[in-house]
Amino acid sequence: MGLKTPLHDTHVASGARMVDFGGWDMPVHYGSQLDEHHAVRRDAGMFDVSHMLIVDLHGSEVRDYLRHLLANDVAKLQQPGKALYSCMLNEAGGVIDDLIVYYLTDEHYRLIVNAGRREADLAWMRKQAEGRALEIKPRTDLAMIAVQGPNAREKASVLLGEHAAAALELPGFTGTQLGDHFVARTGYTGEDGWEIMLPAADVTAFWQALAARGIEPCGLGARDTLRLEAGMNLYGNDMDETVSPLESGLAWTVALAPQERDFVGRGALVAQREAGNLRKLVGLVLLERGVLRSHQRVVTEAGEGELTSGTFSPTLQQSIGLARVPAGTGEQVQVDIRGRLLPARVVKYPFVRNGKSLLAE
Amino acid sequence: MSNIPADLKYLSSHEWVRVDAAGEVTVGISDHAQDALGDLVFVEVPEVGSQLSKGAAAAVVESVKAASDVYSPLTGEVVAVNEALTGSPELVNTDPYGEGWLFKLKLAAPAELDELLAAAAYEQVVTDAAG
Repeated sequence: MGLKTPLHDTHVASGARMVDFGGWDMPVHYGSQLDEHHAVRRDAGMFDVSHMLIVDLHGSEVRDYLRHLLANDVAKLQQPGKALYSCMLNEAGGVIDDLIVYYLTDEHYRLIVNAGRREADLAWMRKQAEGRALEIKPRTDLAMIAVQGPNAREKASVLLGEHAAAALELPGFTGTQLGDHFVARTGYTGEDGWEIMLPAADVTAFWQALAARGIEPCGLGARDTLRLEAGMNLYGNDMDETVSPLESGLAWTVALAPQERDFVGRGALVAQREAGNLRKLVGLVLLERGVLRSHQRVVTEAGEGELTSGTFSPTLQQSIGLARVPAGTGEQVQVDIRGRLLPARVVKYPFVRNGKSLLAE
Repeated sequence: MSNIPADLKYLSSHEWVRVDAAGEVTVGISDHAQDALGDLVFVEVPEVGSQLSKGAAAAVVESVKAASDVYSPLTGEVVAVNEALTGSPELVNTDPYGEGWLFKLKLAAPAELDELLAAAAYEQVVTDAAG
């Protein structure tokens, strides 16, 4: 038996199919993964993401610490509540984890890290904190629900009572504490919505109230197709400790300026960039019938690459994927699907944003 | 509990066989199999005229999440395939024993039918797997 979130029994009681995910016993769907996907694109869905770890960092040195720990620069965060997406790297420039960091006060930041990486992350963060005036506090007392979709915020806001208006005014990529709820306008679907953190003891009643408001419970299956359509990386698929963010489509999250900021992995990334010839992560659309899957071989004029994620896109009704391919890969490639080489087109991603296809004809 | 019609034969790998006429059968996947796979988005059926041997990979069913091989329960020639699945793979989910059939075989060795599982034996396989 795996680890359980506070909503585990609620999922089972509502007929969810449970699977192991990074050691956690999680719902993969509640009946139809496709219906759940469309609910988020067209209306409102919700995900139990309590398996992810919330880590609060307190102390006078927390900003300096994070400017050393993370590849993106928290100095970009000027307004309290503002969030930043970043990789946490090892010295070789490999990705230990990807995370969201919220700037709450000058002495309080909040990190959200992947479920399967919690132990590795905490060990690394503690090691990097040695000798600093800093408290690293895992918030296992909190649960988290993501409500996502064009109507998600409106439907969920009623449950925030007197704080509803303040919640609805939250700008994008910002979070704030409203009573017992920390509400953030973030997500992993390419739709508008919130991620709501609240005391674990309250989460079951809150989940049931959201369901009663017509927000569809959605499992990890839909979460994966939604994030891939939205062109968002999945840790363990699209990057891990052995690859650089520069070869994972994440160069935009690496802040090499200012030059004097010495973050973990900086030296390795600078060397990689100087050496050049880096592989790149590209979006693929399969041009024939079939389904792209991770680990399929990609054949290009510049050499071979590999699918890192692939699925059937319920919104586009065709198969899409992300692949790590050699520098110089052109627009036409082939993918080895069960021994047959099928043509695929290299495209810019995200594939879908706010319910709409972004694919050029 | 999944639906396991008593008049069909089964493989422990979750294919079903219906005897249509002497020496001709229809093949599909069981209700249990479609339920375990989840929403199907792609089905690859064999070519009409191809020769299949018992136990050979004959078709592929893919759900949003994963691809799964379908094995030929018997030896024979493919005489028909379900063309409707090209546009509507979800028929396998909604009607696994009817509109969601995969292919029809003209048997080369009808005696192989005796080696298939009866409904009760297949039900045991499903129960044990759920164990």
